[in-house]
Amino acid sequence: MSEVRFGQAINQALRDAMTTDSSVILLGEDVARPGGPFGVTRGLLDKFGPERVRDTPISEAALAGAAVGAALTGLRPIVEIMFMDFVTLAMDALVNQAAKAHFMFGGQGSVPIVVRMPHGGGINAGPQHSQCLEAWLAHVPGLKVVCPATVADAYGLTRTAIADDDPVIVIEHKALYAMKGELSHSPTATQLGRARIAREGQDATIVTYGAMVAVALNAADELEQSGVLTEVIDLRSLQPWDETCVLNSLAKTHRLIICHEAVEAFGVGAEIAARMADAGFDELDGPIVRVGAPFMPPPFAKTLEDWYRPDAAKIVAAVNKTLS
Amino acid sequence: MSHTDAQSTTDQVLGLYRGMRLVREVEERLGSLFADGEIPGFIHLSIGQEAVSVGVAAALEKNDTLASNHRGHGHAIAKGLKLDRFFLEVFGKQGGYCRGRGGSMHVADLSVGMLGANGIVGAGVSLAVGSALAHKLRGTGQIAVVFFGDGALAEGVLHESLNLAQLWMLPVLFVCENNGWSEFTESRRQLATDSQRMAAAYGIRALTVDGNDVVEVAAAARKAVEQIRAGEGPCLLECRTRRVRGHFEGDPQKYREPGDLETAMHSDPLARCETQLISAGTPQQAIDKIKVDIKALVDVAVAAARAGAAPMPTDAIADVYTATRGLSS
Repeated sequence: MSEVRFGQAINQALRDAMTTDSSVILLGEDVARPGGPFGVTRGLLDKFGPERVRDTPISEAALAGAAVGAALTGLRPIVEIMFMDFVTLAMDALVNQAAKAHFMFGGQGSVPIVVRMPHGGGINAGPQHSQCLEAWLAHVPGLKVVCPATVADAYGLTRTAIADDDPVIVIEHKALYAMKGELSHSPTATQLGRARIAREGQDATIVTYGAMVAVALNAADELEQSGVLTEVIDLRSLQPWDETCVLNSLAKTHRLIICHEAVEAFGVGAEIAARMADAGFDELDGPIVRVGAPFMPPPFAKTLEDWYRPDAAKIVAAVNKTLS
Repeated sequence: MSHTDAQSTTDQVLGLYRGMRLVREVEERLGSLFADGEIPGFIHLSIGQEAVSVGVAAALEKNDTLASNHRGHGHAIAKGLKLDRFFLEVFGKQGGYCRGRGGSMHVADLSVGMLGANGIVGAGVSLAVGSALAHKLRGTGQIAVVFFGDGALAEGVLHESLNLAQLWMLPVLFVCENNGWSEFTESRRQLATDSQRMAAAYGIRALTVDGNDVVEVAAAARKAVEQIRAGEGPCLLECRTRRVRGHFEGDPQKYREPGDLETAMHSDPLARCETQLISAGTPQQAIDKIKVDIKALVDVAVAAARAGAAPMPTDAIADVYTATRGLSS
């Protein structure tokens, strides 16, 4: 074990995958010489050369489309979209091309691309550099979506995404890049679609992912002081998501809270709540409560953004609501 | 030119004629099957534009990759797709290239490098650029080609792709199949520029040919492909042609000026090729035999497609994702 930062763990995963498989290439704005806007791809140009590590023009549509074409021709491209907000410019390639090719061509071929993109607020980046748009992507049949919360999963989920033959979106919370954590000297892949129990508890279940896992754990600490023991589930993978894990936890706690930084309405939480209201109906002893951002764009001012983003207090209030 | 050379040239032209006749027969049949209600969905025919698909494809190797568009039957057939699986797909049958999930707008056969027709205007352009990047990095000597219409010149992704292709000197041939129409509107009402000036803006070699002269298209494509394979970077070939059918079958084309359609039909590439062949000494019987043989091939494929089994929902939903090779169990 050694202590590394979240961004370094992703770098290590890219490095290991590129060492193992020469068909893996890296494409993105400023990923080569500058080493990425958040420094995640630093050193990879020197190690793997300019053929495999490529700075691209600011052309998200062509970049994503070219990745699909290259994948259909035998490469395994990893694309970095500088901020998740910019994925709007690459949506045709992801939604109409990458997601559908295997199905639409009758099972011929596959599109083994990885598209990495940072989401989330907390750095006062304003309405076009802070959004959490993962629900859009999780809604598209053919795409897989993961969102690591820990250093180990930053490595493990990135490796899994690269090894997967389907298009996988890796969502990285930009506030986590500098977070330190333990990484094994021989780190392993993280199985896709398998959640992690981040904390065990018996009174209520909090389902969350990404940067909100740490916030939920803080809320759980606070709740413990008043005698409420909450279980915190780190989903890790949003599409597919681990319905069995959530259902098992619900069978133990009988109370469910779902938390994400994305706006609450029509979000990932809505899907989980709907599934649990159906498959877990008999286990529920209280309302399913969602905690998410209000239905507005992420604001710039620190005071506004602090108010906008879910925090431990909001999660505590949600747990108390379903327990009351 | 020696007698042998002349004969070999005539044989090549006859081969091109045969290729065009096959595309024409396939599409005329699609038109009537659609009119009879046997084929559902949208059908976009390239009747009158066959010299473009056939002329360009004649310059390609089997393992070169090709990205197509919604008007893509000719590209698919010319790239070597099999008639039976093609018709099965258009009929929406399990035995089709896409197991009935794609239809006319998505026919693909990766085994011959056909990366798919495409329902999104301009989308194939970036796919071809990426495919060309793979060819370059893998050092295989293959090239990628993309067919797009003049309407696609207005799509942003096309501009991004031209820039990327030239910046990285990728082995890709951009074929602008200029039929004068952007769906229901004349392209001259939609474009402030043209393909040649666009290519020039990105430093891409470009040329324009008579897209209804299959010999001219084939010669230009052969030269462009040679240069691309030699590592000279991308090339844009504009083929000027005419659309003689609607945007899709069933389109009443009320937007066309009186007489426009009749004028367009005067430059039919098959009629022109036949005249060329006859004046070079090809007997009419040889041409007639091609027509009869091809009609028989299409008859067989259509009959088989009619009889094909319907696709199964369980099979379709199982293919949303691949059975991934993955790292973990």
